Amino acid sequence: MSSKKHWSWSILLVAASVLTAGCESPLIETPPVQTVQRGFRGLGMVEIYNPDTLAAQAKINEPAAVQPLPAGGPPASSQFKNLKVLGNLNVSEFTGLMLALTAWVSPEQGCNYCHVEGDMASDNIYTKVVSRRMLQMTQEINQNWKTHVAATGVNCYTCHRGQPVPPNIWFTNPGPRTAMGPMGWRNGQNAPEKNVGFTALPYDPLTKFLKNTNDLRVEPRTALPTGDNPKSLVQTEETYALMVYMSKALGVNCTYCHNTQAFMDWTLSPPQRTTAWHGINLTKELNNNFLEPLQPVFPANRLGPLGDAPKVGCATCHQNAYKPFYGALAVKDFPVLATKKH
Amino acid sequence: MSMLSFEQKYRVRGGTLIGGDLFDFWVGPFYVGFFGVTTVFFSFVGTAMIIWGAALGPTWNLWQINIAPPDLSYGLAFAPLKEGGIWQIITGCALGAFGSWALREVEICRKLGIGYHVPFAFSFAIFAYFTLVIIRPILLGAWGHGFPYGILSHLDWVSNTGYQYLHFHYNPAHMLAISFFFTTTLALSLHGALILSVTNSEPGDAVKTSEHENSFFRDALGYSIGALAIHRMGLFLALSAVFWSAVCIVISGPFWTRGWPEWWNWWLNLPIWA
Repeated sequence: MSSKKHWSWSILLVAASVLTAGCESPLIETPPVQTVQRGFRGLGMVEIYNPDTLAAQAKINEPAAVQPLPAGGPPASSQFKNLKVLGNLNVSEFTGLMLALTAWVSPEQGCNYCHVEGDMASDNIYTKVVSRRMLQMTQEINQNWKTHVAATGVNCYTCHRGQPVPPNIWFTNPGPRTAMGPMGWRNGQNAPEKNVGFTALPYDPLTKFLKNTNDLRVEPRTALPTGDNPKSLVQTEETYALMVYMSKALGVNCTYCHNTQAFMDWTLSPPQRTTAWHGINLTKELNNNFLEPLQPVFPANRLGPLGDAPKVGCATCHQNAYKPFYGALAVKDFPVLATKKH
Repeated sequence: MSMLSFEQKYRVRGGTLIGGDLFDFWVGPFYVGFFGVTTVFFSFVGTAMIIWGAALGPTWNLWQINIAPPDLSYGLAFAPLKEGGIWQIITGCALGAFGSWALREVEICRKLGIGYHVPFAFSFAIFAYFTLVIIRPILLGAWGHGFPYGILSHLDWVSNTGYQYLHFHYNPAHMLAISFFFTTTLALSLHGALILSVTNSEPGDAVKTSEHENSFFRDALGYSIGALAIHRMGLFLALSAVFWSAVCIVISGPFWTRGWPEWWNWWLNLPIWA
């Protein structure tokens, strides 16, 4: 009898420890929670956060404490060679930007991560070629994509966060290794990936929607698939997968951009949906015009499993925050990053 | 008023929980009792508040009438009547009426000398509602997390609240609840078909007996649960469905704030293959 009792107690203890163990991903979270109402009362358009989750997000979303140097001195082009993008800066601004770049991108590796030691002007190191193109990309975003970044803008740290390779880039996903033939046929889904929130949804919506096509509208306007929108279930799930990716990237739920009564109805949607729509187009332009063309420049160990260049998505800048750094101004102190006219 | 044959047994004094003999009488065929009085009171006040709330709203279209809970900013305090206070009063009246009705059922059970199965079962429905509008809002810190009272508006709430967790079908308790709901209907359809086929025999044939019922399921499934236990199982399935429904919503938010799909990472991380 007593041993029976003993057993039931130990089972209870094991169950309790399984439920609460592991701070990384516990099976349950505990109240209190923080909530944000974003629609009419009772509509259920609410963001719900556990304070622990928010604290973890806040930690990776502190802006870098980097100050520019005051403008001054002769034109940088008179002192330095091989300036293709930053030639119009004066020496002080130029030096300040180089110091900021190092702090943003390669704080541990230092100047020589992008510069050949003893020959700063040399392009004989791929990281310098890439970073020049990235400066142009930053200018492009801040100048031509105000529909998405507004006056907040982005700087190198928005993606890099002190790491030479930004933590949230993505590659085309070939899927898990499977058996040959129909036995291994997954139809591009049912393989839980972080980028789709570990769902069974198609695991690579990013290549389709953030690089190849705009065509993510799937809601039919007729009761049967006979109308102007005969989309399949798989296509619907691809869109759903992208939406899950966006939610996770921004640390918000579906109701941040949609009244789920009718996902497609712009008149019911919060204005953030418009910003997000521009964001999808923004990433597509960056991937096609800036990142994929750099593919021959990157060494093989920087390429994806299929040999493609690293690409950006929502998470690359947002890193779980609804706005990168919760909206802290990123480009105000560095006007050179704000426009191509330098 | 004429009585049904079994009503003599039903119409006995006593068995009341509150009020003694004071309310122990019938109006026509209906037992009153203390809880009959409170049921009528709460139902009347609650319905009147619903009608008032509808009158304040923009429409009398039955589908579109919406009486919403307060803004989250009111937390667990009382809100002004026109800004969710009506919802709060209606919620109190609803719980008063449901609870009264359950206790009236208890009194009738005591009069009949039968078990409390009916109020027990009804209490699960009350528990589910109580979870939605009391327990979960308290755990989340605001009455505004309750669902709005309206035919279409409460469906919008269900949809949006589900999508707060990206994909609600991954909620483990929701999975259980759905499975129990489907199993309830399956069991009821099997049982109903069985009883109809036994009692409605071919013209000229004798009505079949429970031996035939048992034979059919022993032939088809290898097991027959029996005439009494099928009702116990039906009760268990139905109450489990309601219970896990309540669980699935109360854990969404208070005990899990992220997408439900990633809750399953414990499965992906099992040491067997991780």
